[in-house]
Amino acid sequence: MSRISTIMRREFHAYFATPVAYVFIVIFLFLSGIFTFYVGGFYERNQADLEPFFRYLPWLYMLLIPAISMRLWSEERKAGTIELLMTLPISLADAVIGKFLAAWLFTALALALTFPLWLTVNFLGDPDNTVIAAGYLGSLFMAGGFLAIGSCISALTKNQVIAFVIGFVICFAFNLSGFPIVLDFFRAWAPQAIVDVISSFSFLTHANSIQKGVIDLRDVIFFGTLIGFFLYANMLAIDAKKSS
Amino acid sequence: MDNLIEVTDLRKQFGNLVAVDGVSLTVRRGEVLGFLGPNGAGKSTTMKMITGFLAPTSGSIKICGRALVEDPLAAKTRIGYLPEGAPAYGEMTPATFLDFIGDIRGLSRATKDLRVREVVAKIHLDGVLHQTIETLSKGFKRRVGLAQAILHDPEILVMDEPTDGLDPNQKHEVRALIKEMSPTKGIIISTHILEEVDAVCTRAAIIAKGRLLFSGTPTELAGRSRYHNAVTFSVDVGPAPEIVKTLQALAEVGAVEQASRDAATVRITAFPRNRQAIFSTIEAASRHNSWSVHEMFVESGHLDEVFRSITTGTDNSEGHRT
Repeated sequence: MSRISTIMRREFHAYFATPVAYVFIVIFLFLSGIFTFYVGGFYERNQADLEPFFRYLPWLYMLLIPAISMRLWSEERKAGTIELLMTLPISLADAVIGKFLAAWLFTALALALTFPLWLTVNFLGDPDNTVIAAGYLGSLFMAGGFLAIGSCISALTKNQVIAFVIGFVICFAFNLSGFPIVLDFFRAWAPQAIVDVISSFSFLTHANSIQKGVIDLRDVIFFGTLIGFFLYANMLAIDAKKSS
Repeated sequence: MDNLIEVTDLRKQFGNLVAVDGVSLTVRRGEVLGFLGPNGAGKSTTMKMITGFLAPTSGSIKICGRALVEDPLAAKTRIGYLPEGAPAYGEMTPATFLDFIGDIRGLSRATKDLRVREVVAKIHLDGVLHQTIETLSKGFKRRVGLAQAILHDPEILVMDEPTDGLDPNQKHEVRALIKEMSPTKGIIISTHILEEVDAVCTRAAIIAKGRLLFSGTPTELAGRSRYHNAVTFSVDVGPAPEIVKTLQALAEVGAVEQASRDAATVRITAFPRNRQAIFSTIEAASRHNSWSVHEMFVESGHLDEVFRSITTGTDNSEGHRT
């Protein structure tokens, strides 16, 4: 456990050692403001909730989370530090989980820094704060799902740009897997059962209910399983690729 | 229990490429094994397997008597490893980096602080302790890698080209450090600098194309040289042909070679017929014929020539192979 936290602390600090963390946080806050107030029509809706913010968050994540996860393993492989890391007395799982938690903690921090939105809505009206809390919790789970995918992809390549682009495309597919843009592609040749399974992977669908304040155990299990699956795949990817 | 590393019939295959092919070796406490070989010979791959980074295709590795696969974490705690190129996290400073290594190696706060201080003093990192590693010179980066490897005072030290890219003074320092640590540890270093083998190693192993071609002491290695026990001396150009003729007539002398040293002198090398010492014979002949000799010395053997002949497969000496 302490080894995981050592890895996590190092990795978390690494974000702040370069401008990456600050750039990310500023852009994240800036874009979430734009989406909430302009695109989401926060004032025009005249409702005391953060629905416009949560509604566009999956799209923001799709773009920005791969930027957080792309360096996790690509950089280790490129710099050769993976050889150092893997010959220290830690297990592969320690390393994968520690790094994932650092990235997750970082996105949690970025998410927490959107608190002025919450202050605004409380100042202007009388929102249901449990719904907002549930919305934040759901968003955090969704970020974890995106991050696990991104981390796994980062383990497959030494090139951070490739890790970013592929991460982005896969996050995009997961976001939209409940929508015709993705489903039509499969409908043409796959049986209905498979199409249904794919559609059930949609992040938007799962995030939607949580963001409305309903914490459904199925959604929590969905994201939990997804994170577990991709972190496991992450370990396999490192084992297979570390020598190259 | 003094066999710290025991490697038996180690093999590693990447696709069709056999990188390491049946290497066996043992390192005892107090030994420094110098791993020699051309680039791409399989030195690094062997080290990567010993340190648990790569899994062998077949063969066994025992660290302190225990199979590496049985308990990799226990083995890794006993090994300090300097990977090729001394990789380190560029955005960290030597101070934070060593602190991280200490934490992950499970050192207590007091031990960690003490060890970091000791190692920093020993490796002379004080001046750069708070600069980011990516801004350091190659020599300092290498030293940070060394510091990291010896931080937990491991019984086993595996270093892949520890002096690569260092200037002569730094090389000397690193060799002194290795020598100083060697009595209590088992050390493997890889290098392609042959003088290093003479300088620090108690044993040398030559590997080429994944196979172990030689293993023995540096003296044994030098003993395989054509030059071993040969006698070289310089004389004036004038009497040289006569001297060569005299030498060739001696029973103990196998061959005689000459090379001009400068305009006035010739350097003559007499090779023994059976690798035995011939200095006294030559010396007697020189006195008997009153040659005017400017210098005369016994060759101990040219390591680079042995290295070349072993690794390119043109080794025709009658020495033993292991």
